[in-house]
Amino acid sequence: MSGMTRRNFIRALGAGSATAALAACGAMPGKSGKAHVVVIGGGPGGATCAKYLKRFDSSIQVTLVEPNTEFYTCFGSNWVIGGLAQMSDIKQSYASLKDKHGINIVHDMATGIDPVNRKVTLKGGGTLSYDKLVVSPGIDFKWEGIEGYSEAAIETMPHAWKAGPQTTLLRRQLEAMPDGGTFVMVAPGNPFRCPPGPYERASMVAHYFKTHKPKSKIIILDNKEKFSKQGLFVAGWKALYGDMIEWVQSTKGGKVERVDVANKMLYADGGLTSFKGDVVNFIPSQKAGKIAFGAGLTNDAGWCPVDQMTFESTLHKDVHVIGDSSVAGTMPKSGHSANTQGKVTAAAIVLALQGKPMEAPSFVNTCFSLVGPEYGISVAAVYKFTDGSIKGVQGAGGVSPADAPLSFRKQEANYARGWYASITDDTWG
Amino acid sequence: MIRRTVTAALVAAGVGLALTPMTATSADISRAKILASTCFTCHGTDGHSPGSIPSIYGFPAEIMIATMKGFKDGTRAATVMNRHAKGYTDEEIELLANYLSQIKR
Repeated sequence: MSGMTRRNFIRALGAGSATAALAACGAMPGKSGKAHVVVIGGGPGGATCAKYLKRFDSSIQVTLVEPNTEFYTCFGSNWVIGGLAQMSDIKQSYASLKDKHGINIVHDMATGIDPVNRKVTLKGGGTLSYDKLVVSPGIDFKWEGIEGYSEAAIETMPHAWKAGPQTTLLRRQLEAMPDGGTFVMVAPGNPFRCPPGPYERASMVAHYFKTHKPKSKIIILDNKEKFSKQGLFVAGWKALYGDMIEWVQSTKGGKVERVDVANKMLYADGGLTSFKGDVVNFIPSQKAGKIAFGAGLTNDAGWCPVDQMTFESTLHKDVHVIGDSSVAGTMPKSGHSANTQGKVTAAAIVLALQGKPMEAPSFVNTCFSLVGPEYGISVAAVYKFTDGSIKGVQGAGGVSPADAPLSFRKQEANYARGWYASITDDTWG
Repeated sequence: MIRRTVTAALVAAGVGLALTPMTATSADISRAKILASTCFTCHGTDGHSPGSIPSIYGFPAEIMIATMKGFKDGTRAATVMNRHAKGYTDEEIELLANYLSQIKR
């Protein structure tokens, strides 16, 4: 549709008449100044989108709805679990978005969306009217499907896949575990938030064990056959931790079918294979954030289909879904993806409100992982919109070189921390 | 290229000023602006890095172009920028470099 508008505009100019050009300009709604954009979710997707809406057009009214007054980033939370960082290091506030960028911050929970009348209802009883809505609710968990497992299990077997009290709980369990104990992680099948995350977490736990509880073991029970940056992780584990980490793929007994939460037992292969953990980190399968379901924004797979040029929902007009909940071509579900999607969506909304065609979108993802405090690896990609969906640019991107010297790993560990400083500043600063 | 054509057409028609009221609320959202915003995730908003990753604002365009092309063809060593630079055409690198060069502070 945007392409059509552009063509029409150029055709009007091509007619060679200045009057036609002026008429085209005059027909532009130019109402962005009065527009109200509501953003649901103050994570890397929503916060970035809110900030860049204001940067692209300061006259737009932007309201960000987020229940928490402070936000703990999922990225960096593995560093807390490994003892390299504290919770205060991964805490972000909404003060800059409010005071520096003029965003109206509403600390409430969005409970419903009425896409016909363009209204958002809040848990606190209020209602917000919008011209454009951005929904960035992150992930929700699938509690069903594993015998013996339920939401109540997270107090015993934390997922720690949303940063906050769960992160602290897992860290405390690891601290309380005796030397010689076993840490078992259950890693989810695709797609899920932060593809390298489980393996960075295993690395960070291994670092903690190596320095505090060297007789301990780590078992990863995986619901898949391969994982992100696998070659680099496995090589890094061997170099730093010997054989401390054992990875069990889904067809070799890694697919957990039943759990005994109280005894921290996990069963696979119809009960033929069992594992007992002293600490169990069960990361469930995932789906779009809860509000997306109630609002009718999800497909049969439980994620939100969007026009991948503008992130406008293909199911509801004037509603954009970004971040983990969206189906964004080949982009991974990551904070970095959400951040760049937030910017593209901000541009799409501002241009639409100004009656202008969308420019070509561009996206980037870079996931740094720490294998050890001085040993970093990365995967990167540049994405473009081609043939109706977002695809990685051929010949670009990829993982860190396999044969790099330790100095290279050290530099990437340094950049991993720099990346954290930059993305959090770009999102909330 | 399209944008240049549009501007040229308007200027030729003597209605260049007509663009101003249309964009009174903000600077244009150009392709370069969208492209550059993707850099800011790692290099900081407007290319001002708060941490260990280098800042990228205010460099003369020719220096940034040479640097990016060096990353792209592998003649300049990097950790991750070689992999990123290959994702952009020479035209996009020039757009980016020009845009970033104009951010002074």
